[in-house]
Formats: sequence, structure tokens, C-alpha cells
Amino acid sequence: MRLLYFAWVRERVGVGEEEVTPPPEVTTVADLVAWLAAASERHAAAFAEPARLRAAVDQVFVPLEAPLAGAREVAIFPPVTGG
Amino acid sequence: MLVSPVAIDVAAELAAIERDGAVASFTGLVRGDDGVATLELEHYPGATEAALVRLAEAARARWSLTAATIVHRVGPMAPGERIVFVGTCAPHRGAALEACAYLIDRLKTDAPFWKRETVGGAARWVEARDGDDAAAARWQ
Repeated sequence: MRLLYFAWVRERVGVGEEEVTPPPEVTTVADLVAWLAAASERHAAAFAEPARLRAAVDQVFVPLEAPLAGAREVAIFPPVTGG
Repeated sequence: MLVSPVAIDVAAELAAIERDGAVASFTGLVRGDDGVATLELEHYPGATEAALVRLAEAARARWSLTAATIVHRVGPMAPGERIVFVGTCAPHRGAALEACAYLIDRLKTDAPFWKRETVGGAARWVEARDGDDAAAARWQ
């Protein structure tokens, strides 16, 4: 699974993208965020507060409860601030 | 529908959509509030363009539009520069004005852009505003 990070999430993790293979019990975006938070200190700094995060699965915005089934690309980022 | 690294040419964008009786547009400029020296726009390439196309399609499904366009700057810019342009064209003003307001309200919450501003040499990510969610929600 390809992960993309944007804005301060990218800065805290230290990379804009990475390839991961989550365990089978990771079935939702929220599960993925919790799993990533345990990956390293940098990941913990980015993913410690899920309420401040938003996500897209295969380039479509989804709530954190959304399932990951079959997802190829998951993006995790702060609330958007365009316009 | 365009993500642009260069200045937005409003006259050219308007000329391109003047195809019916009513044209409405919105232009957003970078504000220099609180000593903001530069504003940088990050986005999610691919997903951004798809989100802008979906927004325009939703507007076309809701109003009878002859044309709809969205242009959003990315990269670094200075106060006073145009950051976003939304233009709509319809046979009559009601549809053009409403669709224009819809597009800019929804763009604020539905398109993956992030602003980072530099004030006094320090950079900070701009926080999302609750008012933007409320403005987008009125079109549900």
C-alpha cells in the first residue's frame, strides 16, 4: 500500500510517501493511523491525534472509519485550507 | 479546471467563458494580514484536479450552466496575488451567481490544498476554519 502525507503530517513524518504492508487486523483508515503511530517517534508525532487528521483512499476523501479493503493509495493530511 | 504555478489571468479566464447571457466570477487574493510575507500552497497532484472536476460536474448537475471554470494557484505567492478564480456562465444571472458561490464554498472543504504562511521569517500551516465547513454545508 502506498501512503502519501501532506502539509505538517509530511513534515512530522519526514517523508512525503512510503510503501507499507499493514497486518490483516488493520481494516480501516483509523486502524492504519493507530498502527502508523507506533512505527517510529516521527510517526507518533504525526499520528498521535487522529481528530486532527483527514484522509483520502485512492484519491477520494473518506472519513477515518472508512474501510481500507483493496486500497492502493492512502493519503493522510490535516484539514484542507485552499481557496 | 486548472492548478496553476503562474499568475491567474482573470481577463483571459472571463473571455473564455463569455458564451451566454450571464457571467459570474469570484477571485480570491492572498491577504497580508498579521504581517504575512509569503503564502505557499501545497496540493495533492492528481486528486486535486479530480476534486475540481467533480465540483464543476456537481455544479453543472445542479444548475443549467453554459460554462464553469476553476483555476487555483499552487506554490509560493505574495500578498495581493490571485490565489483562486471561479467563473460560471449561464443563460441568466441566478444560476451563474449561485453556482459561483457554490463552487468557491465547496472548493474550500472538498479540494486538497494546504496553505503555509511565513510571518517574520517563521513558517506556519494555516488552520482550517469552522466557518468554511458551515459555508460548504449550506449547499447540502
